[in-house]
This record gives sequence, structure tokens and C-alpha cells, in this order.
Amino acid sequence: MRAFAYVRLARATDAARAVAARPGAMFLAGGTTLVDLMKIDVLTPDTVVDVRPLGLSSIDVSDEAIAIGAAVTNSQLAWHPVVRDRFPLLSEAILSGATTQIRNMATVAGNLLQRTRCPYFRDVHASCNRRQPGSGCDALEGFNRGHAVLGVSEHCIATHPSDMCVALVALDADVRTLRSDGTTRSIPFGELHRSPGDTPHLEVALEYGELITHVVIANLPAARRSHYLKVRDRASYEFALASAAVVLDLDGDTIRAARLALGGIATKPWRATEAERSLTGRKASDETFRDAAEITLTGASAREHNHFKIELAKRTIVGAFASAREAKL
Amino acid sequence: MKTNIRVNNTIHELELDSRLTLLDALRDVLGLTGTKKGCDQGACGACTVIIEGQRVLSCLTLAAACEGQHVVTIEGLAKGDELHPMQAAFLHCDGLQCGYCTPGQILSAVCAVQEVHAGVPSHVTRDVRQTVDAATLTDEEIRERMSGNLCRCGAYPNIIAAVRSALAHEVRS
Repeated sequence: MRAFAYVRLARATDAARAVAARPGAMFLAGGTTLVDLMKIDVLTPDTVVDVRPLGLSSIDVSDEAIAIGAAVTNSQLAWHPVVRDRFPLLSEAILSGATTQIRNMATVAGNLLQRTRCPYFRDVHASCNRRQPGSGCDALEGFNRGHAVLGVSEHCIATHPSDMCVALVALDADVRTLRSDGTTRSIPFGELHRSPGDTPHLEVALEYGELITHVVIANLPAARRSHYLKVRDRASYEFALASAAVVLDLDGDTIRAARLALGGIATKPWRATEAERSLTGRKASDETFRDAAEITLTGASAREHNHFKIELAKRTIVGAFASAREAKL
Repeated sequence: MKTNIRVNNTIHELELDSRLTLLDALRDVLGLTGTKKGCDQGACGACTVIIEGQRVLSCLTLAAACEGQHVVTIEGLAKGDELHPMQAAFLHCDGLQCGYCTPGQILSAVCAVQEVHAGVPSHVTRDVRQTVDAATLTDEEIRERMSGNLCRCGAYPNIIAAVRSALAHEVRS
């Protein structure tokens, strides 16, 4: 590991300023991404500023919303009784990822900003436009079985690895941030992550030194009927090949409204708004869900080894909606 | 940099390189070699320790970030010659072969049992709204809750038996 300074501050504004003032500085949260990538020289900060002592570790519940501190751990969030009751898909998504040890370390903001698990990103000897802009992409003609089929470009096909983010984008969460000049802003979750396009190294819509302080989820009564379905190569401790977060608002057999987001198959947490609209007013049947799945995967683009993900994602969508439909409330 | 860490109820004032992981600090600075280095990249769970009551991976934790926190390692579980019930359960159920992953397995299992008693769900809990019940916990639940600890010898059936036996012991007592 390269030498770096470890900085511990007590105030969020000081932390944002400390990172903004140094081009080589990074925020450190649970360390499950950053320390891992520092060990293999993929990330080489000269300073890390710990966000865990900043007092951003609580979940505040009101009738209208829950506000989740940036340093709340994934376990804290998944196990919170109000989260389990109001947003079961969020608990399910988190609990489907990694292991208890890792979820006890990993934070909410860290999950939002985690880096791709593309093996070429993690190998400093490989070409990767995300890690080293302009160097090329070894995944395009390489072993790309785990790679994305939606939101891809000719410069990058890396999959966004998060489960939690898939639920959060379906819930229209808000990301609250603090900039080094002390100003704050709110970013709709769907606008936080960027598709790679021709600048895959620019992963999120944050300024340098901008600190995520909270994620806020407005109450959504329909989310009580929701589900996160994850399909992967083994039963536990594995990233998704395809996953779907769904919310189903039913009036008898008829869909009043639906939410649909996908993981494991896209370069960012993928919200399928067009498919959602197509569901409104229709009967909640597997055929209806299949139609929405077809719409979602229109325009999917596979490489040599990941064709199977297109059909797998469609079936995952149908399965997730069918489970939500059958849920006993 | 100066770091104060409480390990197994003893406070250590250490002067550490900021790059040092908690795993290396425990083994190489404090001589607590019960915590094992397996993959050193957060995949195997051999380095599991308990910080502030939560099981975590010491290989991905910077020692400097543990300032003021309480770390429990495998050396801190027994009371003198009296084994912790989970250690006794692993012995009784033969929940190990080579023993390399065992300290991590045992610390992880201690927390898994606490989590079950707290009623929190896992990925395989049918309804996350429900409170899980120690008395009716399935093997599938134990497997999922222990999935962060790999055993290359394949002692899994006996590890599950050990966790179940410790769980039953606590339910009775």
C-alpha cells in the first residue's frame, strides 16, 4: 500500500474542506472498497479523511420520511424495524449483498460510491478507461460474462455492483450533500450515478470534495408490497447476475402503479420508467410483467459471454413482480 | 501515528504506520496471532474480529481508524481456563479440521447467535418484517448467517451443528 495520511475530524464541513483542499485526498468510510483497492494499487490516495466520526450515523424516522446518515452501516439500515416495515425491498436488497461482517462495516454513502467489480478495473496491468482514462477496455473482447447489457458504451461495460442502490433508485431516494464551501444540495438518486459514455472515469454527479451526508426516502405506502429478487451463481456472498427491485400498487387485480429497477445488468442502478408506465392500469398477470420485461430490455447490448443476461433479467423481472403480487400484507 | 485501541479489555497506546490494517496490528504488533490472515482481501472471513459488539473483517479495517474502540479477538473469549460456550460447542461438535479458519468462525458464530437473539432477519428469512426465533431457526438460516466464513476443509456440517448447539444451549439457559 502507498503511504497516506489518515485524517480524523469531528465536523462534516471540515472533512469536506480537507478533501477539497488536496487533489490526492479521498473520503474513507467502512473501507470495504477503499482499503481493498488501496492494497492492490487501484486507488492511491495520499490522504484519507474518515467520515465515521462526523456524527452521521443515525436513522431519523418521521411520518413523512426516513433520513439515513451517510455513515449508517448497511446492517443498521437493513435491520431497522421501520425500514423492514415500510421498505421491505430495501432490507431485502441489502441483506442479499456481501456478508454480515462486510455489511457491519460498509456504510450507506460508501455503498453509493463503491467501485465496479470488473476484474479489469481491479487489475492495474489491464486496460481500463474507468481506472485510467484513454487506456482502452479489456472487457469488451475479454471475459465479460459478468458485464452490463444496459447503459453500456464502447468505452466501458462495467456493471454497477450494488444491491442497495437498486432499491434506493426504485424508491426515488434523495441524496443530500455538503460542499466544501458549506452549501448543501439534494440530488435525486437517479441522477447520482452516470452512464459511462465516453467518460467512464466520471462515475457520479458529485464535485470533488462534496460529501454525502444523508440519504432521504420519502414515505411510499405502496412500498409495503415490494420485493428484491437477486439471481447469482451461488446462494450467498456473490454479486448479482441480474436483480430486480419492484413495488406494486394494486387495486384488486389491477396495477394502479409500479416501480421497477434493475441490478447486475447495467452500468448504473437502472430504473425502468418506461416499463413502469406500461404497467399502469393493466391486470397483474405474468403476461403483463413479461411485456414490461421486454420493454425494459429493449436496446440491451450483449458481448460474447453475457448474452444470457438479457433473458435472465426478463425472467427476474417477472419473478420479482409475481412475488410482490403474492405477498401477504 | 498515535492510536489507542482497547483489545480484549486491555488498552494499548500504539505508534502505528497509517497503512497498517487491524489484522497486521493484532498479529505483528500485539502478538495476538489467533486472528488469522487468509485472503487479506475481505473474501474469506478468517480475520473476523468483534469491534464494539459487531463482527467485522480486520483485514479491511485500518488500525488507525480503531481509535478508542474495543476489539475482541479469539484470545479474549475464554475466561481463564473456561472456554466460551461457542468454543466448547466447536470442540464438542468437531467443527473444524485444520483449524485455520476456526477463530474467525467462532467469533462470527458468537455474533450470529446474538443477532438471532435480537431477532434480526437474514437474506433467507421469508419475511423481513418478522422477528426470527432462535428455537425454530433453520439450518438454511445458519448457513446464510455464517456465509462470510469460508472453510477449505469443508467442516461446514459440524460448524452448523456447533452453532445450533450453542444456540440451543443459550435458549435453555
